[in-house]
Amino acid sequence: MNFLLRHREVALGLIIAAMVGGIGAYAPAFVSAGNIASVLDDTSILFMMALAQMVVILTRGIDLSVAANLALSGMISASLSQHFPHLPVIAYIGAGVSVGLILGLFNGGLIAGVGIPPIVVTLGTLAIFRGLIVVYGGGSQVNASDMGDVFQAFPKMTFLGLETVFWISVPVAAAMWLFLNLTRTGRSFYAVGGNPVAARYCGIDIRKQMLLAYTISGTVSGLCGYLWVARYGVAYSEIASGYELTVIAACVIGGVSIAGGVGTVPGSLLGALFLGVIVNALPVMQVTPFWQMAISGAVILSAVVVNARAERRAGKLILPEARRAAGTAK
Amino acid sequence: MSEKVRAEIADQPSWRFSEFLLRWETILICMLAAVFFGDTFVSPYFLDVYNLSDATSNFSEKAIIAMGMALLILAREIDLSVAAIIAVSSLAMGLASQAGAGPPSLVLIGLAVGAACGSFNGFLVARIGLPSIVVTIGTMSLFRGIAQVVLGDQAITNYPAGFQALGQDYFTKWPPLHYSFCLFLIIAIVFALVLHRTVLGRRLYAIGNNPIAARFSGIAVDRIKFGLFVLSGALSGLAAVLLTARIGSTRPNIALGWELEVITMVILGGVSIAGGSGTIPGVIIAVFVLGLVTFGLSLINVPGIVISVILGFLLIASITLPILTRKIMAMR
Repeated sequence: MNFLLRHREVALGLIIAAMVGGIGAYAPAFVSAGNIASVLDDTSILFMMALAQMVVILTRGIDLSVAANLALSGMISASLSQHFPHLPVIAYIGAGVSVGLILGLFNGGLIAGVGIPPIVVTLGTLAIFRGLIVVYGGGSQVNASDMGDVFQAFPKMTFLGLETVFWISVPVAAAMWLFLNLTRTGRSFYAVGGNPVAARYCGIDIRKQMLLAYTISGTVSGLCGYLWVARYGVAYSEIASGYELTVIAACVIGGVSIAGGVGTVPGSLLGALFLGVIVNALPVMQVTPFWQMAISGAVILSAVVVNARAERRAGKLILPEARRAAGTAK
Repeated sequence: MSEKVRAEIADQPSWRFSEFLLRWETILICMLAAVFFGDTFVSPYFLDVYNLSDATSNFSEKAIIAMGMALLILAREIDLSVAAIIAVSSLAMGLASQAGAGPPSLVLIGLAVGAACGSFNGFLVARIGLPSIVVTIGTMSLFRGIAQVVLGDQAITNYPAGFQALGQDYFTKWPPLHYSFCLFLIIAIVFALVLHRTVLGRRLYAIGNNPIAARFSGIAVDRIKFGLFVLSGALSGLAAVLLTARIGSTRPNIALGWELEVITMVILGGVSIAGGSGTIPGVIIAVFVLGLVTFGLSLINVPGIVISVILGFLLIASITLPILTRKIMAMR
């Protein structure tokens, strides 16, 4: 039990495996290779969004504007495809990514440059980004029939039974793991969130780290904006409405501490997968989709309670006895 | 002697004109005046007593919740589940109404369910010691989820006429004021007195500035925080009563997204998200600024979503400008 609490990724992985097993026992179709692949495809966007949100939360911040950013970047990418349907797909991706990057820089500039609390800035930009979609498109929406073929086909191309959208999330996750674990800048996010004062004395530029965190969050949202719009074939002001909370929920379930400085790449990925499995399991279990929200609420609450337990345990490492135990483990 | 000491409380500096000009409430009052004149200028229908009165019903319910939210944010907590509490509370009233409950019991049920939801939040935050932002993100989906499970895609619309009158009729004939607006004014005055004139109010500031120090000076921090969450829940229940009565129906998406609008009111009102500073009069003025901007823009047929862009810019600009001004003044 102690082992599980200390290695929460393992525990979460086992819970997900048990859940998939249980659902599979009830509905064997759920554990077929094809269905598992479609669960992974459906969750790929959440994988990337949760990782980006984790970087922000690590610095003790929060980015509530990610879903609005996704919708705006997706809209601009889609309208580029509407007006220029025969560009190479990289142009559409580039449009989404660069719009997302600019929006992220805007957040980061206000938070790191001016010094406004993240929750205030991103609450404001959440409304602004969503509204700009309507201002930009005049309230119209871009439908699948308006989008170019290349634009729509790219995220749905399959390789080894999995869609491109999944294969994009793999290098993103790998890069994020390498960045956060093996580079000085990546480790600095943990230092900034763990203890900002100590981080400053170590010579870490806190403002630069925060600017970078929101820029990463914005850029990933922009990439996911293109993927979302191309995959679901529609762009308008309300897509991914409220999705920011799902993203934060995935982080919380994955063990990212909202107090900053705690969180891992595998944890966030498993948190996202957990929600993905639930969403995809409900129709199989013949539960109405209306249950989805209540279940994810209950899951978030239980995850926070478990996290609090685990963190309280970790806090006791200061005691000599626990320190000796940790010392022998390492 | 005691008078002199009183004037030197650390967070209440002596009165100076330059300080007064940069006070948040002064800036807000100027904004309110500008919005008022701007609205008068753009639309001839603005200065109509009945129009203005109807405009108040669009923000009074949110403003009532904002009062509780202001105290929570002041004490370094936050409640993102307020709109979801409205959904559950409205659902309970709908079910009671279908079972034949009369207006007084409907109101009681609305308030009680709101307070019960609030005490659940309070229990998790104050007793178990979990961070309120995560807890209330969780209860936000849980509460609204319950409403969705029970209602599905249906709506409950059969409310007794006596109940609907609460939301639709005027409380006073002249000036024509809605119940919700009168309740907001009463609650605002009571909250302002409690926060700025009582020991409990000073304790809230102490908790917001330094919860640990507050605990060591003998303040029952956890009990007060629990109370604040129950209060926030009960006020959301009250808002649910007024909103349900006004629109006469309960849907699972009732009051969707209100938590963000309520928090915008509180932050624009000058309450620091880091806790420990802010005033109730500030929040009250901010409520009017936001309400009149929305009303004025809708009078000249600006679409709702464009209004939200403008409000977003207003929020960010109003926080950015004073900070930049201070930085520039410090450089000189």
